[in-house]
This record gives sequence, structure tokens and C-alpha cells, in this order.
Amino acid sequence: MLDFSTLPAALPILWSGVKMTLFLSTMAVVLGLIVGTLMCSARLSKNYPLQLFARFYITLFRGVPLLVQLMISYYCLPLIGINIPALVAATGCIGLCAGAYMAEILRGGFQSLPPGQKESALMVGLSNSHILFFIELPQVIKLTIPGLINETILLVKASSLISVVGIAELTRTAQNLAASNFQPFQFYLTAAAIYFVLNSAISVFGFWLEKRSNSRVIV
Amino acid sequence: MMAFDVKVIIDHLPQILDGFVTTVWCTVWACALGMVLGLIVACGLMSKARIFRYPIRFYVEVIRSTPFLIQLFLLYYGGPSIGIYLDPIQAGIIGLAVYGSAYYAELFRAGFNAIPEGQLEVANIMGFSTTNILWRIQIPQMMVLIVPGLVNTTIILGKETAVLSIVTVPELTFVLTGIGSQTYAYAETLTVLALAYLILAESTSRLGSWAEKRLSKYMER
Repeated sequence: MLDFSTLPAALPILWSGVKMTLFLSTMAVVLGLIVGTLMCSARLSKNYPLQLFARFYITLFRGVPLLVQLMISYYCLPLIGINIPALVAATGCIGLCAGAYMAEILRGGFQSLPPGQKESALMVGLSNSHILFFIELPQVIKLTIPGLINETILLVKASSLISVVGIAELTRTAQNLAASNFQPFQFYLTAAAIYFVLNSAISVFGFWLEKRSNSRVIV
Repeated sequence: MMAFDVKVIIDHLPQILDGFVTTVWCTVWACALGMVLGLIVACGLMSKARIFRYPIRFYVEVIRSTPFLIQLFLLYYGGPSIGIYLDPIQAGIIGLAVYGSAYYAELFRAGFNAIPEGQLEVANIMGFSTTNILWRIQIPQMMVLIVPGLVNTTIILGKETAVLSIVTVPELTFVLTGIGSQTYAYAETLTVLALAYLILAESTSRLGSWAEKRLSKYMER
């Protein structure tokens, strides 16, 4: 039968992996929201070249597997003279990829806002940035909470791919422990259980957030 | 600046094509198996017996909230500990099918739920058997509704095949990164790799629009 006796000793090591996974996912979500907002504004802007660029960006980052993107950032950036640590490259890469997905989620939110709001805000004399940050964005974020939470779960899962470029997050840690103890099944099962707990927690948090913000959306 | 040398790609073209075929092969098999398994899982999700429904709901949640990479490692490296011996391609296809089944199942469930209850009651009264209702009434209507979702999931699974390279399946990513590390032509090989996946995703999406048109033909008046 399966022997889990080596597990307790390995837990502190796995915990450090969990912390790295959480850090990478948080960075990805934050970067993704920033890039996503920018790309979404570009995609919805009336400036044609800007719109085209956003379309190209979104197609590229959504069409190419994240694993390939990570390899490109890891192998190709040094070739064009950009020498950054693997951690920075991986975080940036997953953030840029998240940006493309979040841009599309946010676009759905922006397009569901009634155009009258923006028109009246312009009439009252609010500036464009004022309208974006104080009128549109708060509502859009509330409207797109389910999509954004879903994307966050996908990002936690996607962060496992970063193990390929040698960063010791949860998957890499599990891999190392599996190899050094010759017990692949036990350690991968534990890692899967940890991911399950993390993502369930995010999903529960999402439900709570959705419920809480529901009453306040004015559309 | 590095020079972009197309020669590397031309020299290794047969290998790259082999990799491309393997990628397509894995995607097609994984999606086909995943859809069949997803349909079964969806039936379980909608079952009235809690003894079926709860474990299957748990299965779907577990599959959807753990990374595919971990699932693949569990199957391929962990499998032998519990008596499952698979070669890389088998492990890849089965792993991807299981991963996809959870997503397909949710789509199928949404599709089934969109069909008005009354239709099923009428069919039941008219003496249709349960299998007949499933194949003749539920599935044809549901397919029209969920084709966009199915295409989306299929594209996602197609991209996910890149992960199979980690367990040494000789697909596109494995072949091209292999060539890259032999020749140091990373820029060339990785560009071709990205382009190949873009082409794959685009053709899947085209195929999807075609299927959508075909399937919804009978709904036009």
C-alpha cells in the first residue's frame, strides 16, 4: 500500500513551495489586472492602430500556450540582450498572459455598461481618466467578479508551469521531493490536494465577494 | 542582435512535421475521449441519486482545481506505484481526456439544463425510451447551444498538449525545443512553435464555426 511516512518531514519544504506559488499567482493577478485594463482600453479606443495592437496582443497571448511563452521568455530574452533573472521573466510572462485574458473579461464588463452614464459624466464635465477610474472601473470590476475569480483559479493552476524554468514553486518542490524519496505518487497527490485547497478557498472567497457586492451594483 | 536563420527550420522540417502530426493526433484523441467521458460525467452530475451525484461533483471540482501538469505527473510518474503502466503518449492522451472531461461535462450539463422540461415529459408520455430521448431530443438540440463552448474547450486542450512535452511525448514543443537546444537556434524554433500553435487554434476555431453552421441548419426556418 501507499506509504505516507516521509510526508511530515517534507511539509516545511512543501510550504515554502506553496508560498512561492501564492506569490507568483498574486503577482500574475495584479500584473494581469493592470495590463488587462490597459489592453482593454486600447481595444475599445477609437484610435485604430492602438485597437489593432491590442487585438494582436490578445490573439498572440491567448493563442500560444503559456508553456511556450515561458520558454520564449526564458531562452529568447537573453538572445536580444535582456538578462533578467528567471523569476522576473516568469512572473512578467504569466502576468502578460493573464493581461490578455483579463482584457477580454473586462471588455465584456465595459460593454455591458449603459452608454448614457459616460455621456452624462462628460456633460457634467468629468475628465476621461476620472470617468474610467471612478465611474466605469468600480462597476466593471463588480460585474466581472465571477470571470476574474475564474481567471485567478486558472492562474494558480498555470503557475505550475513555471516549474519548467526551474523556480521552486509547489510543483517543482513536489517534483524534487518525489525524485529524492522515490515516491512520486504520494508527493504529487499531496501537491494536488494543496492546489485543490488553495483553489477551493479562492472559489469560496469569490462567492462571498459576489454576494457582498451584488447589492451595490448600479446598472 | 542575432541573425534569424531559416535554414535550421528547413533542415529539420520532417521532424517538425512529425511533431505537428503527434500534437494533432493527441488533441483529436484526447478531445474525442474527453467528450465521451464528459457526457457520461454530465449524466452523473444530473442524476437524482445523491450517491452518484456527490462523488461525481467532487471529481469535477478536483479535476478543475488542480493543474494539468500535476495530474499528468500523478498519472505518468505516480501511476506505476498503483499498478498503472503507460507509455508517454498513452498517459498524455488519457490525462488530457480526463482533464477535459470535467470541462466538457459542465458544458453538457448547461446544455441539458437549457432544454425545456416539458419536451422531456411529452416525449416520455409518447412512449420514447430514455436512450431515445437522450439521442433524438436532448443531444441534437443541446449540441447547437454548446458548440461555441466545445470549440473553446477544444482550443484550450489543444494548447494544453504543449505540457505533454514535459513527460517526453514527441509532440511539437518537445521536438522544437529539442532542436533549439541542439543547435542553439532558440529564436527560430520558438517562433515556429508559437506560429504553429496560432495556426492550430485558428483552424480549430474555423472548424468550429463550420460545425456550428452545419448543426444549426435544421433550426433555420
